[in-house]
Amino acid sequence: MNDKRLESIIGQLLRTGVLVAAATVLAGGVSYLVQLHSERVNYSTFAAGGESIRTVPGILNSAAHLDSAGLIQLGLMLLIVTPVARVAMALVGFALERDRLYTVVSLTVLVILLASLVRAI
Amino acid sequence: MTALEFTAVVGALSMLAGFLGALTGLGGGVVVVPALTLALGVDIKYAIGASLVSVIATSSGAAAAYVREGFSNIRIGMFLEIATTLGAILGAFLAGRVSTHVLAIVFGLVLVQAAYQSLFKGSHEEDPRVESDALAKRLRFDGTFPVNGKAQEYGVRNVPGGSAMMFVAGTLSGLLGIGSGVIKVIAMDRLMKIPFKVSTTTSNFMIGVTAAASAGLYLSRGYINPSVAMPVMLGVLSGAMLGSKVLVHARVRTLRIVFGVVILALAIEMIVNGISGKV
Repeated sequence: MNDKRLESIIGQLLRTGVLVAAATVLAGGVSYLVQLHSERVNYSTFAAGGESIRTVPGILNSAAHLDSAGLIQLGLMLLIVTPVARVAMALVGFALERDRLYTVVSLTVLVILLASLVRAI
Repeated sequence: MTALEFTAVVGALSMLAGFLGALTGLGGGVVVVPALTLALGVDIKYAIGASLVSVIATSSGAAAAYVREGFSNIRIGMFLEIATTLGAILGAFLAGRVSTHVLAIVFGLVLVQAAYQSLFKGSHEEDPRVESDALAKRLRFDGTFPVNGKAQEYGVRNVPGGSAMMFVAGTLSGLLGIGSGVIKVIAMDRLMKIPFKVSTTTSNFMIGVTAAASAGLYLSRGYINPSVAMPVMLGVLSGAMLGSKVLVHARVRTLRIVFGVVILALAIEMIVNGISGKV
């Protein structure tokens, strides 16, 4: 394992993750527009919305029922996970390279990242 | 406005946001937030949620190309990311405890100066390449990046100064709600003497990680609205993929001009918001 090979694996992973996320959002978006394309929309006042778009179990549940909002949120969750996966991949790569300094650095970033993600959800 | 019209308009603006965001290393928020709030009357909370989505979409959308071509430096990005994250924690702690009006105006003026430098001053790229200093060598920061198809070596300087700026970047982004990309690029380019394309693409890696850290919070608070975020995500992603292809072959001078114009717009936005008390 060297830096070049590590980077090409990370690049491939990113592209796949992003495309899967985009396809999911697109599926939800098309289904949303087919149903509600001529509905009037107004986003000038904020409303947090229900659990089905705000919590991980809620999103998974509504996406499983092929609900358009649920599919969009699932795709956005996949997108949010890509940088996390990128850091995790770099961590594994540095560990395989036996680069102790950068294994510790990547692990620190990953721990902080996961801690702030999980604390909120 | 109907749902279809809203989706089309937001999608088109987001494509531009992703394109500029990928070229400059700033993410798409600079365009997405004012486009949604000022032009379309969307509530700021939805706009912030959409902006977060746009930053991650720019970062991950452009990253595949930058990583493959060997522009972004993962060691530098990962190391400096620690300082940014610590700064962001301080920023979140200070938010609501310090007045941000004056801070926004001061930061805006700093950006005006940075825009001036980027637009009218020469860059270190014209100089012979810098030699890494001792600390940068120990951290194995030096690398190569492609110039006209050939691998060009580069060195890195002033790691303590750069780390301090990254800390400030994190704090300000927590306090002012702006993406931290602009300070990241300036720190790497001006202080650490890293080539411009390596600076912007490494910033592009870092902003995605920083944004992902706060994504859980925004999602659980309901800031990420599916029908607002959907056209933003798809538009930004396609714009960013296009932008990343353009950056690979673009001249550094051109990229600096685009960067200068975008941060000048950001500077005006910050100063106006500071004076009108919106920050």
